[in-house]
Amino acid sequence: MLTAGIDMGSKFIKTLVLKDGMVLGKAIVPTGFEPSASASKCLEQAASEAEVDISSIDHITSTGAGRKAASEANTDITDVGAAAKGVAELIPEARTVIDVGAEDGRGIKTEADGKVVDFAVNEKCAAGAGAFAEAMSRALEVTLEEFGNLSLKSDKTIPMNAQCAVFAESEVVSLVHAKTPKEDIARAVHDAIASRVVSMVRRVGINESVALVGGLSHNPGFVDAINRGLETQVVIPDNPEFVGALGAAIVAGERNK
Amino acid sequence: MAEYETEPLKCWQKAKELRLKYYKDYQDARDKGGLRWTGGAWSFDAIPAGLGHDVHNITGEPYGASLAFDKKLSMECLEAAEAKGWARDLCSYMRNYWGSMYLEKFAFGGEYPEPDFCFQDHICCSHAKWYQHVAEYKKVPYFCIDVSVGPYKDLDESRLMFVVNQMHESIEWLEKVTGRKYQDELLIEAVENETRSTSAWAEICCLNMAKPAPLDEKSMYSLYVHGTLAKHSKEIADFYEELRDEVKYRVDNNIAAVPDERCRLMSDTQPPWGFLKVFRYLEKFGAISIGSLYTFGLIGIWETKPDGTWGPRTTPMQKGETITSRDQALRILADWNLSKPEWQHFYDPNLKTEMMLQIVRQWQLDGVMLHLNRGCEGLSCGIMENRLGIAEAGVPVMTFEGNMGDEREFDEKRVMTRIDSFMETLGMEMLESSVSS
Ligand code: SF4
Repeated sequence: MLTAGIDMGSKFIKTLVLKDGMVLGKAIVPTGFEPSASASKCLEQAASEAEVDISSIDHITSTGAGRKAASEANTDITDVGAAAKGVAELIPEARTVIDVGAEDGRGIKTEADGKVVDFAVNEKCAAGAGAFAEAMSRALEVTLEEFGNLSLKSDKTIPMNAQCAVFAESEVVSLVHAKTPKEDIARAVHDAIASRVVSMVRRVGINESVALVGGLSHNPGFVDAINRGLETQVVIPDNPEFVGALGAAIVAGERNK
Repeated sequence: MAEYETEPLKCWQKAKELRLKYYKDYQDARDKGGLRWTGGAWSFDAIPAGLGHDVHNITGEPYGASLAFDKKLSMECLEAAEAKGWARDLCSYMRNYWGSMYLEKFAFGGEYPEPDFCFQDHICCSHAKWYQHVAEYKKVPYFCIDVSVGPYKDLDESRLMFVVNQMHESIEWLEKVTGRKYQDELLIEAVENETRSTSAWAEICCLNMAKPAPLDEKSMYSLYVHGTLAKHSKEIADFYEELRDEVKYRVDNNIAAVPDERCRLMSDTQPPWGFLKVFRYLEKFGAISIGSLYTFGLIGIWETKPDGTWGPRTTPMQKGETITSRDQALRILADWNLSKPEWQHFYDPNLKTEMMLQIVRQWQLDGVMLHLNRGCEGLSCGIMENRLGIAEAGVPVMTFEGNMGDEREFDEKRVMTRIDSFMETLGMEMLESSVSS
């Protein structure tokens, strides 16, 4: 059976084509201002990499913030359900899933088959998500990759007290003016994001093992901060940004039966 | 094909008329030689009732909710309050109310009808300050009764008398500021009506244990409101008894509020009034909110029955008691109100968790939706503790953030997505009829 999952993230759309549990192709494109058109493009790219025709895909399931805009999808599933499903496939022993994307963070408590028992999602504030790291890297005039690595060079803890992204940014500006080394600022920012994520995840309870997925898991500074915050080592699958799309593609298979 | 039969409530029109009449009576009171007063929904409205049948009140919280329901007017009111320098994190009913007062705009048409006096009681931080400001702004006298004597389970004679003595004092004050002679028989009548109306409301809520539930919470909002307007009035007590009989008829005849009921939930705290569509959205999954501690216990008065279940508190009349004096009436009124479920958790969030779990078990619910209401510190206080307690008891629970009276703090798309996730967690899929619609 051929299925596909489309994860309509706020920043990127990720698509994955699956044949009987095997990933045949995947693609990622910026969401842009026309998410529906971007989703079509992303699906085409993934299908082309998989060397299949879109019309031959038995069932397509979308997920993500803009999941209703994926016109090719037959059904949809929430980000929470898709992330839990994807992690159950890749890291079956995980009972806590942390999914941090550009604008959203989620903590999910799961059972063996990826069934969601409880979840917590960040509120309107972006201070606990990837967009904040990106904005702060811009403020420090370094690339996002550099920003993640920079923070590993610091062992200083500078608390950031602001609860909101805007005030946190002004704290960063103050640190820049105080000539604080960039690596210390980078670590402070990642610690601040991680502490918001950790307190959100603690709401659902932390059961080992803990899987970390979503785009922000590529950022080593954030991963280090979250490991310290949780006092455990999170497990990150390959291609963590595709876990939602994978979960959606698996659900597509279940729904096509 | 829907699972159950449904039909509109026969009392609906009457409920609407009663509510509009209440505001009109207040508006017209002065022209008819009567008196107008303002205070909270929890004020002891039975006390000013002793000044005469031509004394009418307006309670701030339901009035704030009416303003919030009208998004355009609400925004004007909130901005007017902010222009005076009030912070956005204050009680949003209070800010709406003050805005309406500053703008001299009444939600039911015409100018804000200024009161002759303010009469309030105080358990939440906003209560006393709300009408202190109204009194200063409108230059009218103000009396406030402090009811923060601890939870009902710890009530003793001295705590009760702390409230009763203030009530006695308030009557002397009312006579002084209005120049009217106080009539104890009107107080007694009002206390009898109040015990009747608030116990009848609890009885109505109990009928919602039936499957399918005869009432959904969105409809209950339009019905419990009468108790928040004038719980002491004969009209409201009679109306609740009539409503109770109708709801009983619905139960006996399997008439459902939601024709496809297959999942029963409860909510908590006031809803975001500008977005009651949240409850309609639940119906797409065949889910119904059967009420909440808020709708049940804001004005409903309850007691634990010998078998451990929750039920309507037995009124003095049902016990065969006759109220013959002012002091006896005030003692009953104080004791009755101090047992109000929604007053208990001001002292300890665990008391609220226990009451919520009681509802979950007794009303046979599948999950709980908590509104983290940024507009009400009083009822949101400790709500994350409640979440924890409910989750630890193994009951599925979700939270969503919003504000009962300030739509700027409600993110509709995000909340609906969260409901989708919660429904998935409960194993609920959208009904076929809703997917295609
Ligand atoms: S309990 Fe809530 S609604 Fe009532 S005055 Fe306090 S903050 Fe306002």
